[in-house]
Amino acid sequence: MSNDNKSSRRNFVKQTSMLAGGLMAAPLLSRANFFSGSSDVIKVALIGCGGRGTGAAMQAMLSKQNVKLVAMADAFRDRLDDAYKTLTADDISDWSGGSGNIKDKIDVPEERKFVGFDAYQKAIALADVVILTTPPGFRPIHFAEAVKQNKHIFMEKPVATTPEGIRSVLENAQIAKQKKLNVVVGLQRHYQNSYRELFSRKDMIGDITSAQAWWNNDGVWVKMRQPGQTEMEYQMRNWYYFVWLCGDHINEQHIHNIDVINWFKGGHPVKAQGMGGRQVRKGKEYGEIFDHHYVEFHYADGSILNSQCRHIPGTMSKVDELLVGTKGKIQCGAANIVDAKGKVLYQYDTEKENNPYQTEHDELFAAIAKGEYKFANADYGAESTMTAILGRMATYSGQIVEWDKAINVNMNLHPDTYTWDTVPKTLPKEDGYYAIATPGITKYV
Amino acid sequence: MKRICLFFAILHLVVQSNAQEDFIAYTTTIPNSTVGFKMVPIPAGSFLMGSSDKEKHHKANEGPQQKVSVGAFWMGEHEVTYDEFLLFFQDANTSVNSTVDAVTRPTPQYIDLSWGMGKTGGYPVNSMQQKTAMMYCKWLYKLTGQFYRLPTEAEWEYACRAGTTTEFYWGNDSSKIDDYAWYEGNSPYKYQPVMQKKPNAWGLYDMLGNVSEWVLDQYDENYFTTIASKPNDPMIPPATTYPKTVRGGGYNEGIQMVRCAARNKSDVLWNRKDPQVPKSKWWLTDAKSVGFRLVRPVKQPTPEEAEAFYKQY
Repeated sequence: MSNDNKSSRRNFVKQTSMLAGGLMAAPLLSRANFFSGSSDVIKVALIGCGGRGTGAAMQAMLSKQNVKLVAMADAFRDRLDDAYKTLTADDISDWSGGSGNIKDKIDVPEERKFVGFDAYQKAIALADVVILTTPPGFRPIHFAEAVKQNKHIFMEKPVATTPEGIRSVLENAQIAKQKKLNVVVGLQRHYQNSYRELFSRKDMIGDITSAQAWWNNDGVWVKMRQPGQTEMEYQMRNWYYFVWLCGDHINEQHIHNIDVINWFKGGHPVKAQGMGGRQVRKGKEYGEIFDHHYVEFHYADGSILNSQCRHIPGTMSKVDELLVGTKGKIQCGAANIVDAKGKVLYQYDTEKENNPYQTEHDELFAAIAKGEYKFANADYGAESTMTAILGRMATYSGQIVEWDKAINVNMNLHPDTYTWDTVPKTLPKEDGYYAIATPGITKYV
Repeated sequence: MKRICLFFAILHLVVQSNAQEDFIAYTTTIPNSTVGFKMVPIPAGSFLMGSSDKEKHHKANEGPQQKVSVGAFWMGEHEVTYDEFLLFFQDANTSVNSTVDAVTRPTPQYIDLSWGMGKTGGYPVNSMQQKTAMMYCKWLYKLTGQFYRLPTEAEWEYACRAGTTTEFYWGNDSSKIDDYAWYEGNSPYKYQPVMQKKPNAWGLYDMLGNVSEWVLDQYDENYFTTIASKPNDPMIPPATTYPKTVRGGGYNEGIQMVRCAARNKSDVLWNRKDPQVPKSKWWLTDAKSVGFRLVRPVKQPTPEEAEAFYKQY
């Protein structure tokens, strides 16, 4: 189980995971320096007003701290308006579980609603804490800006779609640590009671020798092309199906399961090999992403994670993780630990399960209110995102892909500028279909 | 005597429906598929609904008992299965999540809401909102011309009891539960394919246990007081999303909830782990043991009445 990998990056990761695990004493900061404003109100800006952004903003407002949403930003006016309407509704009991509303915590007049590609900068400037919930392709840009402007951050997973995005996030994660900015990443299993209990008992299964991870289900929404849309607007609306914006479903969804394995393993894989393709996603509306991936991720200690994700209706569905050790198994979905013969050694009482999406915000805002520096999730967020990108490189190319090489790749998938008239780098062919990666032909570099 | 009453009830209905269709069990194949389901005739009648405070697991919301009458209907022999539901879920002729179409089908599930317990092969469909169950009924109505809906709470209990007045439809002996129902003591924490256990006297399987079943009614803690003035075909109309009533108990519930009179209510917590706002109007992330069963009333509504009815949900 020893490994002689001496790269500074790996050591760096170990240190950061110690910090994230709360092993480092939380330094108490001067409250005066911790907020940008003079009042006790924690000011929040929402960057990315879709369903997840609206959910995250609501959870922030429900965090029992003295918080206020003061600014909102989105590329699209209609998305922003929908979110504002939802957040200021008279009755949010159907969504929050509690009676009443959060209207008094929403203070976003017209002049603090920002629309367009540069909206984020203006909104970030007005807040103490920012919620970054746009499509993941923009996350590195927004994270860098938030760190530059000294803000505490909640950002959704995945945190990038390309290696250059990952490098940017890792770099800014370091700066965030120097500045003692709390960063929480929406890999919510880290904030879910059952997973925390399993993690604290992981030694019961001995050394982890292999693992499996699944995100198999029917797939997600699709937005059809509308008349008059520029290509940029169409891709932004239908962002799930474009690699520069989404990173493919292995990145956007399966990251949750991959992240759990990295978390329990205490690091990331060193190489990957796999296969994938597009069996049922045949329409133009499905852009360029695959509908299935199967990847072997090899860790430095020789252990292997078999990872599968599929978006094919009518097939076996499963979203879960399994860790196999020398003495037993951790079955995350069942929330238990069993020995080699299947005898239950530990069973989490699911009655005690929490809503991890709420807990993320409860803990983040409690720390901020107390002036504590407690969260540095960006490193493991970036590591797990990069692991998913590594998997995608492996399935797209059909080659063995090494971490150290992959993380230094320049994919250059993003447009050079961001306007509605910008021509994205991925374009449909004459017949309206997008080019799809072909294993054996597609290069990952 | 009971048999004679039943005979007259049936005769009456057959005459009433102009003998176009006999009030007998039938199996229908869902159009454009090979998937069928069986509907069992439940004669009109009256019964003592709820439980007395002498019943072992009685709860306050199960009384005071009330004599209730219901009209005749057919009821699904078993809970709606995933195989049946999938035809709706994947019907390319029905638009997804539309706000303009009369019949619209659910958005995909973001995560696997069967939670690995089973889908095709006779497993009950689960984790759906009441609206989703009702839209399935509406889809079936559009396809077959026959009006389907969820049972009312009263119809559900009437059908569940099948003439019995005891705690369970097999009597008061809870030790016999293994013969009749999947509950927390034998499931093992998974729902099971339908019709593995013994049916009740009217040939209905899994009325108790396996998945609990949506009914039409808004949940009313004081149901029996509310319906006291109108005990004929009672129904508490829909008013708010939560709480609605579910009956029958599920694979993960204790014996006290797997009883003819036990009543449960939906709660916003049933969807708490949906991270999006607004939350899904189709699915529930935290209601693994909720499903539904079909009813087809003998007295079919006019198309206008049917439209107006579905619109409420």
